[in-house]
Amino acid sequence: MLADKYADEIRSLLEKYPAERKRSAVMPLLHLAQREYGYITRAALEEVAELCGTTPTEVGTVAGFYTLYHAQPAGRHTLQVCTDLPCALHGGEQLAKKLCANLGVRLGEVTPDGLFMVEEVMCLAGCDKAPVLQVQDAQGIHYHENQSEDSAMRLIDDLRRASKELKA
Amino acid sequence: MSEHILLRHRDIADIDKIQVYLAHGGFEALRKTVTSLTPAQVLEEVKASGLRGRGGAGFPTGLKWAFLPKDVFPRYLVANADESEPGTFKDRELMERNPFQFLEGVALAAFAAQAERAYIYCRGEFWDLTRELDRHIAEMRAAGWLGEHIRGSGFSLEICTHLGAGAYICGEETALLESLEGKIGQPRIRPPFPATYGLYGKPTVVNNVETLANLPPIIARGAAWYRSIGTPKSSGPKVFSLCGHVNRPGNYELPLGTTFRTLIYEVGGGLPGGRTPKAIMPAGASSTLLRATQAVLDTPMDYESVAAAGSQLGSASVIVLDETVDMSWLALKTSRFFKHESCGKCTPCREGTYWMLRLLEHIQSGQASAEDVNMLGEVAGQIQNKCLCPLGEFAIGPVQSGLALFAEDFQRHLSQPAPRAEAVVVSEHA
Repeated sequence: MLADKYADEIRSLLEKYPAERKRSAVMPLLHLAQREYGYITRAALEEVAELCGTTPTEVGTVAGFYTLYHAQPAGRHTLQVCTDLPCALHGGEQLAKKLCANLGVRLGEVTPDGLFMVEEVMCLAGCDKAPVLQVQDAQGIHYHENQSEDSAMRLIDDLRRASKELKA
Repeated sequence: MSEHILLRHRDIADIDKIQVYLAHGGFEALRKTVTSLTPAQVLEEVKASGLRGRGGAGFPTGLKWAFLPKDVFPRYLVANADESEPGTFKDRELMERNPFQFLEGVALAAFAAQAERAYIYCRGEFWDLTRELDRHIAEMRAAGWLGEHIRGSGFSLEICTHLGAGAYICGEETALLESLEGKIGQPRIRPPFPATYGLYGKPTVVNNVETLANLPPIIARGAAWYRSIGTPKSSGPKVFSLCGHVNRPGNYELPLGTTFRTLIYEVGGGLPGGRTPKAIMPAGASSTLLRATQAVLDTPMDYESVAAAGSQLGSASVIVLDETVDMSWLALKTSRFFKHESCGKCTPCREGTYWMLRLLEHIQSGQASAEDVNMLGEVAGQIQNKCLCPLGEFAIGPVQSGLALFAEDFQRHLSQPAPRAEAVVVSEHA
């Protein structure tokens, strides 16, 4: 349960908003659930609804609207490659294709070891350092700019190594 | 510009540390404001400065504040940090590298609006940045620049960050407020405007990050000094985000009214390989395209001049496009973005962006007829002036101007397939 594991964090999130406006905490709490479970589970919808004094249906509507909340289990690390205009002018589309080819998956498909998924995403506000990708995982969301196929594959190797060390 | 007014981190190392910010005049504007000025005086100074909203609309900031109804409390100040327009990356640098100037600006705007609570709405991808802002806000509070009775004055303020989760539409201020209330980010029908019916139905001012970062220098150095920069109608410095086919992409702080030529060639180092520009998008992906003629290159980048040239200055996100760019491919890229980001609330935008994308994919596939190209123009025309918020207008900018200025880039695909078509993967957003 999020409420038990993250009691302090949840309290400080709820304190940001007026007491009678707890629903404002839906999005931050969904971020917490996304980090904890890797996607927004049915149970998470109920937990968040309970904490915010609203219904699971309302929370589900919010979860479905915003792209950073996933409805299905994703890879442990989701590689989100920008393929919008400024990145596309600098090879963003090719980068997404190459990462898929190297990992042997299609866009939105999880690698057999469960570690990676590649997604195309909209502009990340890093257009002067195109192409840009971000990694979304339990640690949050981190930017990686001025990417090439080589640098992105090194990043993937590093993440894979860190994951093995974690297991060991 | 010799001295940076907004990108001060380029002149002063470690200005993201509170001691360094203080040592360079940081929080002096806030000290002066809370100890010796009234909200009305701050409002008058900002009005006199001529500052216009830097998020894209260019609306006079002081006037926006003046719409707050008298004697209705509580009020809220909201910083719009949902920077998501393809080609725009200025607010991110301002918040990452010169965070205290932005936060001081938030406090000054909250004082003028008589708000005791401010929210900073950051796009969800600014995860790391938001955590840093939280740390800086805590430092400000510890140093007595936030909290109860700041500097012994009657003014109290708390600033809270709020993280979005991936939705361009939340940059539209009423969609942002809905999102902040824990709902899906769909624009409200206006009027009422946020000044009278904003966050939780209370009077609310929503200002862009760069707009807020302009406030400390305006209060510290005065409106007359500020007006000495820029043009009479577009005063002050502006951070121009330069990207695309240019040797030195990046953010550049220049006076409003600087020409495209100066930005692209003198500051940006020109185009790679000495190639010539074909078109310019002055306001990111939603721009009306400008053909890069000599006259356009000599156009001053202020709100009036760029409008007179047929486009928009917007948030001043200049995308340079060289002669290799196929404008029907470009229209497909921007249409894919706006189709994905349409919130679905109003029909012309939801259906229109879908059909524009379908038609552009068809054109790029080489299977389209001249009738399909005409239909693309018709669909765009049916979106025009019919939407609840500006997203619909944004979506048709590159399509209509592409068709008008570069018809050959659309016609050319009617008999043969486009070489770049296979590189385009359209991902469906669930």
